[in-house]
Amino acid sequence: MPPTENRPRAKPHLPLFILPFCLAGCSGSQSALSPAGEEASSIYLLLIVTTCGAAVIWCLVTALLVYAGRSRRHVYSAGAGQKLILWGGAILPTSILCLLLGYALWLMPATRPWLTNNETSGFRIEATGEQYWWRFAYRDAENGISFDTANELRLPVGERIRFALRASDVIHSFWIPSLGGKMDMIPGRTNFFSLEATRPGIYRAPCAEFCGTSHALMAFTVVVMEKEPFREWMERQTNLLRPRETEGARLFARHGCAACHTIRGTQARGRIGPDLTDIGARQTIAAGTLANTAENIARFIRAPHAVKPGVKMPAFPMIPQAELTALAAYLKGLQ
Amino acid sequence: MTDRDRHDRTDENRREEEAQLRRVWSNPPGLGYWTSVNNTQIGLWYGSAAFAFMLFAGVLALLVRVQLAVPDNDFLSADLFNQAFTLHGTVMMFLFAVPIFEAVAVFLLPPMLGARELPFPRLSAFGFWSFLLGGIFVCGSIFFNAAPNGGWFMYPPLSTDPDYSGIGADIWLLGLSFIEVASIAAAVELIVGIMKCRAPGMRINMMPLFAWYLLIVAGMILFAFPPLIAGDILFEMQRMFDWPFFDVTRGGDPLLWQHLFWIFGHPEVYIIFLPAIALMAMIVPTFAQRPIVGYSWIVLAAVGTGFLSFGLWVHHMFTTGLPQISLAFFSAASEAVAIPTGVQIFVFIATMLAGRVIFSVPMLFGTGGLAIFIIGGLTGVMVALVPIDWQAHDTYFIVAHLHYVLIGGMLFPIIAGVYYYYPLIGSRKLSDRFGKIAFWLMFAGFNLAFFPMHITGLRGMPRRVFTYPEGIGWDWLNLLSTVGAFVFAAGVAVVVIDVVRPKHRQSKGEQNPWRAGTLEWISEPEENWGVRSIPIIDSRYPLWDQPGLVDDIRSGRFYLPHAREGRRETLVTSVLDAKPIQCLRVGGTSRLTIVSALSLGGVFVALTFHWWITGVLFGAVTLAAILAWLWTGTNDIPEKPEKDVGLGLTLPLYISGPQSVGWWGMFITMVGDGTAFGSLVFGYFFYWTIHEDFTAGISGPGVAWPMASLAMFVAGWLTMLLARWVNEKDWTVGTRALLIAASVLTAGGGIAAFAGPWSFAMDPQAHVYPAIVWVLVLWLMAHAAVGLIMLFYCLARSLAGRLSAAYDMDLRNVVLYWHFLTVTAVTTLCVIGLFPLAR
Repeated sequence: MPPTENRPRAKPHLPLFILPFCLAGCSGSQSALSPAGEEASSIYLLLIVTTCGAAVIWCLVTALLVYAGRSRRHVYSAGAGQKLILWGGAILPTSILCLLLGYALWLMPATRPWLTNNETSGFRIEATGEQYWWRFAYRDAENGISFDTANELRLPVGERIRFALRASDVIHSFWIPSLGGKMDMIPGRTNFFSLEATRPGIYRAPCAEFCGTSHALMAFTVVVMEKEPFREWMERQTNLLRPRETEGARLFARHGCAACHTIRGTQARGRIGPDLTDIGARQTIAAGTLANTAENIARFIRAPHAVKPGVKMPAFPMIPQAELTALAAYLKGLQ
Repeated sequence: MTDRDRHDRTDENRREEEAQLRRVWSNPPGLGYWTSVNNTQIGLWYGSAAFAFMLFAGVLALLVRVQLAVPDNDFLSADLFNQAFTLHGTVMMFLFAVPIFEAVAVFLLPPMLGARELPFPRLSAFGFWSFLLGGIFVCGSIFFNAAPNGGWFMYPPLSTDPDYSGIGADIWLLGLSFIEVASIAAAVELIVGIMKCRAPGMRINMMPLFAWYLLIVAGMILFAFPPLIAGDILFEMQRMFDWPFFDVTRGGDPLLWQHLFWIFGHPEVYIIFLPAIALMAMIVPTFAQRPIVGYSWIVLAAVGTGFLSFGLWVHHMFTTGLPQISLAFFSAASEAVAIPTGVQIFVFIATMLAGRVIFSVPMLFGTGGLAIFIIGGLTGVMVALVPIDWQAHDTYFIVAHLHYVLIGGMLFPIIAGVYYYYPLIGSRKLSDRFGKIAFWLMFAGFNLAFFPMHITGLRGMPRRVFTYPEGIGWDWLNLLSTVGAFVFAAGVAVVVIDVVRPKHRQSKGEQNPWRAGTLEWISEPEENWGVRSIPIIDSRYPLWDQPGLVDDIRSGRFYLPHAREGRRETLVTSVLDAKPIQCLRVGGTSRLTIVSALSLGGVFVALTFHWWITGVLFGAVTLAAILAWLWTGTNDIPEKPEKDVGLGLTLPLYISGPQSVGWWGMFITMVGDGTAFGSLVFGYFFYWTIHEDFTAGISGPGVAWPMASLAMFVAGWLTMLLARWVNEKDWTVGTRALLIAASVLTAGGGIAAFAGPWSFAMDPQAHVYPAIVWVLVLWLMAHAAVGLIMLFYCLARSLAGRLSAAYDMDLRNVVLYWHFLTVTAVTTLCVIGLFPLAR
């Protein structure tokens, strides 16, 4: 992967950095066919090889089938037929499959190094699937990094990042198609795996295991950044300071939002819903469902079920419109 | 055939025989028609019902496709969409793909094997009515917004969550358990039929390939469905009584369901696929106008596929975080299954090459289906490679793959079979023109609908999403798929029209219009008797190789040309060599089959809605109906020991033990039962391996009670063996005394088994350890209770004077049950009583 082409100059201010990648919905790429990670690239190659092989085999067998179905042709002996079964049905597939299997088995540990529990002591991201959103916790005990976020993942380019995957309610599956394959998030278990992004950009990641009514509306955004801006972003997240009392923060508290949501640096420390510390800076709201605008934030608060059926968050029809607008503006301003 | 026999066959003689046979095999008039148990009717009803369910599920699929035609669509609500796709998968798998093969087999097998009837015709009828009732129950749920909505594999904890899944999950679990019972009944019927009811001379290496395949598939059902039934029991116990089998907070684990489901689910794919290939194996030789090339190859390949299919299930779980070494093992096994599949395809190609192919509609559907199936097979090879599966798993790539496999490997061959075998239903062919139109619509529509899904999936579209945002690169691909789905549906509609359009103006064709070589083409659509007389077979393609066979059969020159005693009769032959050993009298028309199926259905429906008293009442009716059925319909003591079956052969009318069909029926049923039990034991050890201390400090059932129970069960078993021996000496009083002793010992064993966990106050809601111990104990107690019913039944038979040294089938079959019961008891009690000591 040529590292310098098509890559915007890294800047600390993300929105500018992101722009060239944005299409209309600004949802980012979500395709195993445009790999931007180590694992995705090696699987992509395997896919190309097998697809070509499959196409050749299909053409040959179908041609043989069509030929065999023609009425005017040579009639072969049963002995020749037996030979065809032996070679075409048994020996040839067996040898092809052995080669293919060898290739894939060799690829497995290289693509996805097996991690045991104690190998995950350094930097890691703990991702938890919730109905229907994602909780991300950045942890690095040695360097004093410990902060939470939700529904948007930031990763440095060129570094293998370890993930610990869990689920709080039902089974979900963690999948960033552009970076690599998926790994399930299963209640009661922790699955470990790692990914290495090779190209900065914005990628979309859907939940891959059916998890309930709004399974279709559970996605997150992955922002792959250059190493230096990533480090700066982590630092800012770790040492976040906020003015204590603003009008928005008061509204947030008064309407009970803080019972479920955390905004770091304020009194809001709820753990039930997604962390909203930098919600204003995220690509989307409601786990990849709506574009991130103040209007959409207000709309979601007013009637979350209309956007996302089955969501746990209650509706707030009682908030006066003016207060709702102020609240949405406050949230949009959290960057 | 002796001269005397030939001489006897005067015309008058023949007409009289035919009148007898017609009377004996006729169906009651009016509504009584529905009490028929004849394989022809049951097969047709079964097949029509399965097709109706298929059309219903197809409509659901069209709704799903409309919703996904454009991004951000709101044609269906999220909830309705989730019900629609769950029901689509469930109905296609459980109510179409598996039953359709049972239907075809029940319809075709008797004439194909040269038998009048399968050995347990009432069991077929019972299976059909169970299937119909269960199917309507499951399908109907969507009209009450109560359909299952967790996907057709119902993963917990989503599907165990009462807030999410409501009653739909219970409908799925109980409705399908009921249908699984019907499938296992069919499997028993087919295995015994194929092994014991072949025409004399049809040695096992001369069986038509269809029979081989069905034998393999029925055997697979016997080992594949019970793990799902075991899983269903655990699942329903959690939903109904809060026993925490899949609840991680109390030691359970959702992955156990995935294992049990896919131990069933993967063989299921081959259970669906192999019978369709079996149809191909009948069609291809006919149109290539020569015997199949590589008979041994294809039989071995089918057996190999059957075996391998049980070692692949983990490839549905490549992303669950299992160790890579097991992924590698299951990946290799999954690749390996491509080899026997390839052999089967090449057998067809070789047969075509070695013959002159007449290309008609059945061949069109058959080879077109193969071309589709091969794509599915090749994408299967791709996703069996673990890294590709990491990307493709749970995406539209898999949706495309599984539809290529199932529609190419199953639906197209089934339609080929419909066109091929339709003349056996009413002596008229389906239309060539309709067939060709239908084929091209279906072929083009299918590829248009499903080929783009490969790309949609790799572009990141997960399966089971009710909507998607625009601009991700899925928009036009999904629109294409929707258009294709409707073209495909139009093709299916053409087939339906061709089948149901009135054909009375079309003249009746000849009996064997395709000039096929196998025996099913002697079947006479107007007659219920199956074969006029049971022939002697000495070829794999008797209609090609045995000149004059059809005429000899039709004029009654072979075995059993008459029904002098007014009973439905067929021949029983030996398993390998097909030597005639018995003239079997099979059950006739009966209301009992419908009553027992409906009341058993009532039990399942009542359980779904937690109507306990209704459930118990229905259970009592079921039990009474089944006992009445057994009493009146089985182990019939003949008026004379032997019968002249023709051609100078005299056969016994009564045999018991391993030569009899009843013994085989019991044996095969108990193998399935044992598999379900084994799956529960697997569950016990699964929990053992995933936890440091599986008991979580909870007291076990102790050693004393389980060992006391064990001693009583073993003593009961020895008493039964003694009873059988005493009965052979024809000492009636001794037999009765021993039966009573055995029942006391068994009841005592059951109570002692219960006393273990009870006396240690094991609370099944507290943790998975007591729950799994209780499930094993309850399983054992239920089997002991069934055993007791059998004992009392034998006792009653003895008191009625129907159990003696000469007529001992009841007792011998019950002793056979006791062998299995004893294995169940010893395993259960050692596992729950002794295993905790080995920690």
